[in-house]
Amino acid sequence: MSAMPSMPSSAGSNTTATTTISTVGPPSRRNTELALLAFAVILPCFAYANVGLALNGEMPSGMLGYGLGLGLLGGVGHLVVRKFAKYADPLLLPLATLLNGLGLVMIWRLDQSERLARLAKAQGFTFQPSAPNQLMFSALGIALFVAVVIFLKDHRILQRYTYISMVVALVLLVAPVFFPGKFGAKIWIVIPGLGSIQPGEFAKIILAIFFAGYLMVKRDALALASRRFMGLYLPRGRDLGPIVAVWALSLVILVFETDLGSSLLFFGMFVVMLYVATERTSWIVFGLLMSAGGAAVVGSVEPHVKVRVMAWLHPFAVYDNPRPSWATTEQIAQALFAFGSGGVFGTGWGQGASDLIQFAANSDFIFASYGEELGLAGAMAILLIYGLIVERGVRTALAARDPFGKLLATGLSAAFGIQVFVVAGGVMGLIPLTGMTMPFLAAGGSSVIANWALLAILIKISDTARRPAPAPAPSPDAEMTQVVRP
Amino acid sequence: MSELTLTVMRLGFLAVLWLFVIVAVQVIRSDLFGTRVTQRGSRRGGGESRPQRAQAQAAPPQQRQQQTGGRRADRRADRGRRGAPTKLVVSEGSLAGTTVALQGQTISLGRAHDSTIVLDDDYASSRHARIYPDRDGQWIVEDLGSTNGTYLDRTRLTTPTPIPLGAPIRIGKTVIELRK
Repeated sequence: MSAMPSMPSSAGSNTTATTTISTVGPPSRRNTELALLAFAVILPCFAYANVGLALNGEMPSGMLGYGLGLGLLGGVGHLVVRKFAKYADPLLLPLATLLNGLGLVMIWRLDQSERLARLAKAQGFTFQPSAPNQLMFSALGIALFVAVVIFLKDHRILQRYTYISMVVALVLLVAPVFFPGKFGAKIWIVIPGLGSIQPGEFAKIILAIFFAGYLMVKRDALALASRRFMGLYLPRGRDLGPIVAVWALSLVILVFETDLGSSLLFFGMFVVMLYVATERTSWIVFGLLMSAGGAAVVGSVEPHVKVRVMAWLHPFAVYDNPRPSWATTEQIAQALFAFGSGGVFGTGWGQGASDLIQFAANSDFIFASYGEELGLAGAMAILLIYGLIVERGVRTALAARDPFGKLLATGLSAAFGIQVFVVAGGVMGLIPLTGMTMPFLAAGGSSVIANWALLAILIKISDTARRPAPAPAPSPDAEMTQVVRP
Repeated sequence: MSELTLTVMRLGFLAVLWLFVIVAVQVIRSDLFGTRVTQRGSRRGGGESRPQRAQAQAAPPQQRQQQTGGRRADRRADRGRRGAPTKLVVSEGSLAGTTVALQGQTISLGRAHDSTIVLDDDYASSRHARIYPDRDGQWIVEDLGSTNGTYLDRTRLTTPTPIPLGAPIRIGKTVIELRK
């Protein structure tokens, strides 16, 4: 509203032009975003210089290129947001840019590792640096971000495609079953000659659209028709249908694709959205019970998941003598060592030995690499940055005026948060390791591109939410006043 | 590169990283999204924001209006004179239960959208009446040439009239009174 004078307003040009009598529109806060964005580009450059100085004792040669590249990406994103989503949240873009930039630095740093190069050679591969690829994927991600911000005029359009998005998401989720698995999990679609994509990352966004559209229509039935039992509102049997269906779907993913992460992600997202839509605590209780039950059964039956669970329970068994047959990789143990040797303040950029985690050090295990080189302090800062992104998403959901936007923003930020939890928890040994990647940080095209798209949708919703409402129609004034007849 | 330089850079990077997080949190705190900021801004924006706020109040559930109105009234009561009304209460009509804190501003009543209290009442004119304090702080009600008239108790108003505490002001089907 208009407690403007006390605020350090960023949108100076907006406020000074209006006279004091009229109400002042909310500031767009684009300049705040620009300042933070500059900060978010300088920070990775500093880290980059840091790596170069620590490894070779000189400024890295490619620094200008990476710095300019990141700055260019952020700048393009900012200009598009300034033009097409003027009132969007000022924090989302800088936070994502910072994470993307820090990810690029760590990936570049691991590219310099001689140990990884030797390992690849020993296994018969040619070692390829991942950083140029990652920069290209970031550019593609920003391109998708720009496209979504420009062409998605109103997020409510997505509501029309509720059931189409369900079908598309199902196809994306099921497709990897027909392709060969990599590293034990079948989460890839391989396109010969082009590479492989991880459809689960995109399915996450599309499923959120379906859940939001579905729950918006059905939430009254789910919320009101219930019996009270022991302080909980029990839903009717037929209303349990959707949650059972999604639960079954996530179990199917778990069994056929052996991917614990996606399974947790989709089910968790659905339970969160169900809870937000209906305000019934019983859904959370049901969800937790069902996921615990399902995970326990599948974890003890399905062999690949069983191995993951064993590796989680006994991370150091790989060093036992004789080595158990299921303990094939020392990645988890090395990740835990990495966190340990990082300590509170870390070893410093370029001075850790996180390349001992081998080839996944820059993708699934990148968080352990940060834990070693930046220590607890840095890892906490990164988790806080993720937390801030989720917070801004939830804030957007609170501010959104339409129920679909509220549910969609909640679902997307919940998916983002759950993904961070699943990956970080897996790397730290809190839960069994899964085949997912840290959003924005980890090397991996699908993840970076999909998460930029997710961010673009959040930005669009927050723009709609903060945009000042159009002037109300003067309908009541137009009607004639009825005259009292004595 | 010397050990010292590297240590300084290592800790420096962490410091800058945390600085970024802190700056980001500061941005959120001062974000105009929050309603707390608006309430803290005491008299400064009060007069201007009045119309907007009351319009917003016309729609949401009654409890919230009474809460916010009441809280503002409490604060006001410390400052105001003894015996002076602190709030305006709609006691009958479709807006029954709405309260507006009296803070020395003019309150316009009518069906027009920019009124302080937007009356959803077929018998009200778009600019029906206004209530304002005179120089002594006495609250005055004035009919603005409405079709069906404004009644204080039983008498139809012809001139601006001081409002006794608790006297019903009737506009169409809506009844308003001033309370302490």
